[in-house]
Amino acid sequence: MTLPLILYRSLRQHALSTLVTAGSIALAVGLLMVVWMVKAQSQRAFVETSTGFDAVLGARGSRLQLVLNAIFHLEASPGNISAADFEQIRRHPAVKAAIPLAVGDNYRGYRIVGTQEELFTKVEYARGRRYVVQPGGRVFAGAAHEALVGSFAAERLGLRVGDTFQPYHGLIFDPKSQHEEVYTVVGILEPTNTPADRVLWIPLAGIQNMKGHDPKFATDLSAVLLQLRTPQAGFMLDMMYNRQGNRLTFAYPVGAIVANLFGKIGWFDRVLALVAYLVAFVAAGSVLASIYASMSARRRDLAIFRALGARRHTLFTAVVAEAAVIGALGAAAGFVVYGALLMGVARIIRAQTGVALDVFAGHPVLWIAPVAMVALCALGGVIPAIKAYRVPVAETLAPTS
Amino acid sequence: MLTITDLRKSFPSPEAGGRPVEIVRVARFELAAGQQFGLRGESGSGKTTFLHLIAGLLAADAGRIDFDGVDVAALGEAARDRLRAERMGYIFQTFNLLQGYTVLENVLLGMSFGGGRMDRDHARALLERVGLGTRLHHFPRQLSTGQQQRVAVARALANRPRLVLADEPTGNLDRRRGQEALALIREACAEAGAALLLVSHDPEVLGQFSAVRDFAELNRPAAPGAA
Repeated sequence: MTLPLILYRSLRQHALSTLVTAGSIALAVGLLMVVWMVKAQSQRAFVETSTGFDAVLGARGSRLQLVLNAIFHLEASPGNISAADFEQIRRHPAVKAAIPLAVGDNYRGYRIVGTQEELFTKVEYARGRRYVVQPGGRVFAGAAHEALVGSFAAERLGLRVGDTFQPYHGLIFDPKSQHEEVYTVVGILEPTNTPADRVLWIPLAGIQNMKGHDPKFATDLSAVLLQLRTPQAGFMLDMMYNRQGNRLTFAYPVGAIVANLFGKIGWFDRVLALVAYLVAFVAAGSVLASIYASMSARRRDLAIFRALGARRHTLFTAVVAEAAVIGALGAAAGFVVYGALLMGVARIIRAQTGVALDVFAGHPVLWIAPVAMVALCALGGVIPAIKAYRVPVAETLAPTS
Repeated sequence: MLTITDLRKSFPSPEAGGRPVEIVRVARFELAAGQQFGLRGESGSGKTTFLHLIAGLLAADAGRIDFDGVDVAALGEAARDRLRAERMGYIFQTFNLLQGYTVLENVLLGMSFGGGRMDRDHARALLERVGLGTRLHHFPRQLSTGQQQRVAVARALANRPRLVLADEPTGNLDRRRGQEALALIREACAEAGAALLLVSHDPEVLGQFSAVRDFAELNRPAAPGAA
């Protein structure tokens, strides 16, 4: 009972410095957790975002570029492949499903992708999950000038079923390069938390035959998304296209190629983590400075405690515990900082890539960071505690007579 | 209950070029259980140091302080702290109340460092005894000087001490309040069965005691340079 009373009164007496210090700790803990979670979550989200496909076949070039273009709808296509190449891979016995993609147009910066209806009727974009069209809509039909719009794109562009739009040429929005064709929105997809949410889907022939596109390449495709029957098939096709052939690139497995990207930008994570560590140490230092500064104000109280018979280790424990409590208050508030920052970052990543972070996911850093911060603060309290421990009672309390 | 023999204490003195100067040298002093004793002493006579030595707030350089069968002077700091927390009460001239704590908490803390539980009923009873039953949750700054002194008295008795040491307890009070405070200290100690050793320079205060001694007679420090 004594220790809680001393802690409570001391924290109340120094409420302002307690608040300021706990605030800086909250910032440090929140930042540390966000840096870690964004790293872990974005890596997991990107690596696991295969939209249901095992591999991508495209023009000769970078596998990563191919995956970013066909799966994440980022980057430009490395080139085109012919209808014959598509037919060959589609009929290959190792291939379970082959969905062609054609890119090259946008609507106000959101990518327009030509594909086949099967993508929405037969493919699971995640285990047990198929694309669902919102009530009142449907998938585009055949070669009609119809569009099925991803949920995020529809929301941002304000498109509803029945609305019309004219595509713009290229992947980057240029108001001067509008096509003549008018497309009608016939359906909006339910959110999938995948890059598909940011796309306006139209029939394959739509992109291929868009006025202004070179008729010579009217049957060409940008890439083919593939589901394979067995993992061995992937290695076999890898051998066939990448090692023996020299025209096409077979990107397999999708997850490993994205993971490789994260390996390359690992230094960025390390810089962020270093910044978070520095913030944490500065916060622990401010705990030390704050308690140390309030020591002179508390000198008399500490001497009175001693006069009442409080042992030195009691005072030592009280000061260290106070530092730890400030750390714990800050760590608890750190979760608020963490939640706000992570939601903001998740919103940005979702807007830019369509990939959704799981903001409620667990991770060891969510307990390691707060516990380590409390320990660091307790450690920061040791020097002021030693100072408290050395308060000369007789000298502090009364003039010698 | 308290027997002091050949007690000595020196402090380094700037006037003596940092050399130790003896402040306390008491050959013998005795106090019986429950006895109330007044020590007369002028400012700077070393009487506060004497009380600090008995309370174990200062370590003696030499001699014995036999209190309740324990030689306080031979104990380490932690043991002296424990002994003081368990069996002694101390009333300061400046009260030394904890300003950030309520009246009740001041008294509760007075009983908690000896390892005992915080007995709220006992603390309330003590505060009622000193006339502060309606001020339990006030802070010291909200009380008059006389009321603050009464809190100090209640706190000194909180751990049911065998000995209460009072250092100029009326020094900061006017005459009437000083008389009241002194009467309260004496009565409360008598009721609690605690011995009282009070030091003061005020003849009116000391006149209340049947046993009074001049501290200058008791304390014979060596002359500076001879320590």
